[in-house]
Amino acid sequence: MSDEAPATGVEGERPLDVPYRERERSVTLERMPAPGAPVYGTAVEPETELFTINMGPHHPATHGVLRLLLTLEGEVVRSITPIIGYVHTGIEKSCEDQQYWKVIPFVERMDYLSYYFNAQVFCMAVERMLDEEVPPRAQYLRVIHMELGRIASHLFWLGTSALDLGAISMLWYALRDREKILDLFEMSGGQRLHTRYIQVGGVIEDLPPGFDRKCREFLAEMPSRIDQYEAILNRNEILLQRLRNVGEVPLDTLLGLGVTGPLLRAAGHPWDLRKAMPYSSYDHFDFKVPIGTRGDHYDRYRVRMAEMRESVKIVEQALDGLPEGPYITDNRKVALPPRHELATSMEALIHHFKLVTEGFRVPPGETYAAIESPRGELGCFVLADGSAKPARVHMRDPSFVNLQSLRHMAEGRLIADLIAGIAMLDPILGGIDR
Amino acid sequence: MPDATGLELIAAEVRDRFGDGAVTGTHYFRDEATLELAPPAVHDVLAHLRDDADQPFELLMSLHGCDYFPQEPRLGVHYQLLSLERTDRLGVKTRVGVEDPNIQSVVDLFPGADFQEREAYDMFGVVFDGHPDPRRILMPEDYQGFPQRRDFPMGGEPVLFTFNEHEVPRWYE
Repeated sequence: MSDEAPATGVEGERPLDVPYRERERSVTLERMPAPGAPVYGTAVEPETELFTINMGPHHPATHGVLRLLLTLEGEVVRSITPIIGYVHTGIEKSCEDQQYWKVIPFVERMDYLSYYFNAQVFCMAVERMLDEEVPPRAQYLRVIHMELGRIASHLFWLGTSALDLGAISMLWYALRDREKILDLFEMSGGQRLHTRYIQVGGVIEDLPPGFDRKCREFLAEMPSRIDQYEAILNRNEILLQRLRNVGEVPLDTLLGLGVTGPLLRAAGHPWDLRKAMPYSSYDHFDFKVPIGTRGDHYDRYRVRMAEMRESVKIVEQALDGLPEGPYITDNRKVALPPRHELATSMEALIHHFKLVTEGFRVPPGETYAAIESPRGELGCFVLADGSAKPARVHMRDPSFVNLQSLRHMAEGRLIADLIAGIAMLDPILGGIDR
Repeated sequence: MPDATGLELIAAEVRDRFGDGAVTGTHYFRDEATLELAPPAVHDVLAHLRDDADQPFELLMSLHGCDYFPQEPRLGVHYQLLSLERTDRLGVKTRVGVEDPNIQSVVDLFPGADFQEREAYDMFGVVFDGHPDPRRILMPEDYQGFPQRRDFPMGGEPVLFTFNEHEVPRWYE
């Protein structure tokens, strides 16, 4: 968009002396003639002139505070420039000032619809550096919560996407079922959102009595709910016209952009880290990886619906095969001792005190852990300098990388298709901006 | 993951093609292989690893910066490569100094590096030569300084409240 010289360093003019319009280089106010149009200044038909318009950041269809600078030719989108950073809160910087176990609540707030995944990938990275083994029961408990979280995240996507495409009742149906999952989270972790359930070395608590029964009730009901949703949507003329054969992106383009998750699978590549590089006992479960054939919006919709069914199967298997044993590692240097030991054991009291005040130290090193979040590969890079605080925490957020494929989906199409594109992209701005 | 021997083989292959100075080290830590390169060689070696190495890594999954303060050279840039066919990962990293933080952009090889290189510039001040749109991405475009560097203070700028709004210069713009 901009043809000015880019800023490459700290030097240069002091920005505060420059008017705001000139400071923000992303805003272009010049008129651009469309290809083949008469030169500007002569008689110009309105349709042949390109028109730059701002969409967002407070647009209800942008799923947060995504701002798009659109260049339109009539109603056809010619170029898209995403402008992000409106909810950048410096979480990665704040993490460097926290002890490892206190970082977990921070990273959970990055991608706020898939908090179990953020905590899991951070804990995986730290456990790898500590060389800490996670007990099998804790791995299964993590899988149960992550897959429930995947269903909840996809349900929220389903409701808001259908809302963008004109079906408001889907929002209420989807949120009704998501409520049930959040109730389950409240049972096990005490909170509906940002539960801080996954800890370094395991999980914070075992399942409470009644969780199993309530979870199975939900799992028994969920497939028929998905049937109902598909019955509403799959033969809906409006939805089909807006999704079918719209927004196809070739597989090679997606791979070059590093796009992962349902977007890649809808284009026909069965890449799923749960299968390809199993972590947290995912190799114990029998599930399928749904893929699409054409890679249009309709495939993206169908892949996510099918993923919810597979997640239901995984949770059922995990509840059936839940191993006995501890739910967190018994290494007292990493995990808090059980509460009842504090009254009788001096060592437990010392460990508790040291862990709460000082945290645990992680040997120097760096690692990159990756898991399959509802939106794609969620990676976490942790650099440890030997102290009790990380020297760097970086999240490779799938929404951030996947956002680059939006222009390939929507350029050359109508604005209405751009709205469908954002909905099917499923970006979470908290994860993009961090 | 290539094992320790596999990593040395990759390093030897890179040294054969690009000279001994291209590889400055190999790290094998917790079953993760990382190849450390000299900054000028990064672009060509990544092109080689993507296209015509014995075991190609065709995807760039993550590109991020980090600050090794107080070590020198301070800034690090990490590339996480992935091979879908062999389900294999390889880390590539390089170190640049604060005074000369220039490195060649890899957007022409991996278009997905666009946003991630902008983020590394935004947070650490690593300049990617040849990037098509080298602006800040998360911080405001008129921002000065690189907030993720380790010597950038936590809470280092005044927060605008009603009681102190007139003390912050030109807050109204």
